[in-house]
Amino acid sequence: MKLNLHGTTSLLVLLCALALASSVFAGSPAKGKDASAAAPVVHLTDGDSMRVAGEQRFRANCARCHAAPQKFPPRMMGTILRHMRVRATITDEDQRLILFYMTQ
Amino acid sequence: MLYPCGKTESRSRRGIVLSGVALFLLLLAPAWIAAQTADTERPVPILTGNAGTFSFVTAGQNVIDTQINPVLLVPLGDRWLIESRAEFEGEFQRPLNGGPYGGPVDKHVDYAQLDYIASPYVTITAGRFLTPFGIFNERLYPVWIRALQPDPLILHISTAPSDGAMFRGGFPVSAKANLNYAAYVSVTSIGIGSVDSERHVGGRMGFFFPGPRLEVGGSWQRTLQDDRKNAFGFHMGWQPARMPLNLRSEFAHSFEGSGYWIEGAYRLSQAHFWQKAMRRTEVVARLQQFYTGEISPDGAETLGLPSADTREADFGVNYFFHNALKGIASYGRQFSSAGNANQWSFGIAYRFMIPLGRVGSQP
Repeated sequence: MKLNLHGTTSLLVLLCALALASSVFAGSPAKGKDASAAAPVVHLTDGDSMRVAGEQRFRANCARCHAAPQKFPPRMMGTILRHMRVRATITDEDQRLILFYMTQ
Repeated sequence: MLYPCGKTESRSRRGIVLSGVALFLLLLAPAWIAAQTADTERPVPILTGNAGTFSFVTAGQNVIDTQINPVLLVPLGDRWLIESRAEFEGEFQRPLNGGPYGGPVDKHVDYAQLDYIASPYVTITAGRFLTPFGIFNERLYPVWIRALQPDPLILHISTAPSDGAMFRGGFPVSAKANLNYAAYVSVTSIGIGSVDSERHVGGRMGFFFPGPRLEVGGSWQRTLQDDRKNAFGFHMGWQPARMPLNLRSEFAHSFEGSGYWIEGAYRLSQAHFWQKAMRRTEVVARLQQFYTGEISPDGAETLGLPSADTREADFGVNYFFHNALKGIASYGRQFSSAGNANQWSFGIAYRFMIPLGRVGSQP
């Protein structure tokens, strides 16, 4: 087997281009239309509603794999939720609401 | 499979990969610097993981399996995460002619990856990562999570760690369904203690329905060398809201073999007697089957797969002393053309969580 260097280089260039695009667009507001219209996400702001929604998301998402953990201090929960967002591919909204619920 | 390229080409390729990774990180730096959180909310690095010791008795032969799997999590800014898991596992057994228990201690890094949460839809991962083929390897593997300690027979189909890059994410596609996906390319996959290599691409996609708590999905992987083999699989998980039941299943097919497992774990919290003990108790059953593929029996054993067609039924009970410590026991019967066998397991699993910095008060 001979490695295809051109293929590897092309792949890296593609990844870098995608990373650059993500960097540029991640911090910029959506233009031309409301960014929230891009996905059917419910933006809760009321504390009680967020807590109830957070508990629902917690039970639906976390229990898919493991027993419910105890609550940890907010700075720990932030790290844990970021890890679980990547590991369990939970949504941005679920991460936000579960973090709120677990730090109340 | 030995890596056949010469040293010069290997160095050149490694240089291109390292240059690419450096450029990749450089391009992402502005977003990292721009997005910072207040000190009081900034996530703190954590050392977590699990430890366990188990006795596996298979066909009368006892193996003491003791392991510790530390996981290091280092958040950077608002969007970055470095995460790594190592495995230290000793498998000790008594020699056939008697004497004290002894055996090898395996040490390796399961994953060491850099994650960048680029948007609500995309997370970019680079480094060594767990291959997202099915759900057991990525989500259910830790000893404090898995309901039965013996591995599923198909665990080692297309799940060797990948070295490369991955795009993944999860987002709602309607009020009732979330889509999750992962797409990856692995440039080299180097076995521990060897110079084996492989290039492959693959992906996984699933739909999660939060209402009925049902997830279904599929995985695919294609090797980019030799015969360019394909592997595919399906997975499902269901946790009905009305009862403490966790039902999961996976199917996998590849040239190395095929098979499936289906597992149900039921927490006895609805029992009307001994409630304090029952709500800490979980009973588990798993049925599984494996069919040999196109590789030799020796090749299958090297990969950790059965060397012959195999059926297996396992039953177990877990007792949660608290949410991070559980005792386990299980019995299984394996039916194989290579010989039938009973399998017993007993042990204890613990999950630890240590902040590597000041965290303030607990809510």
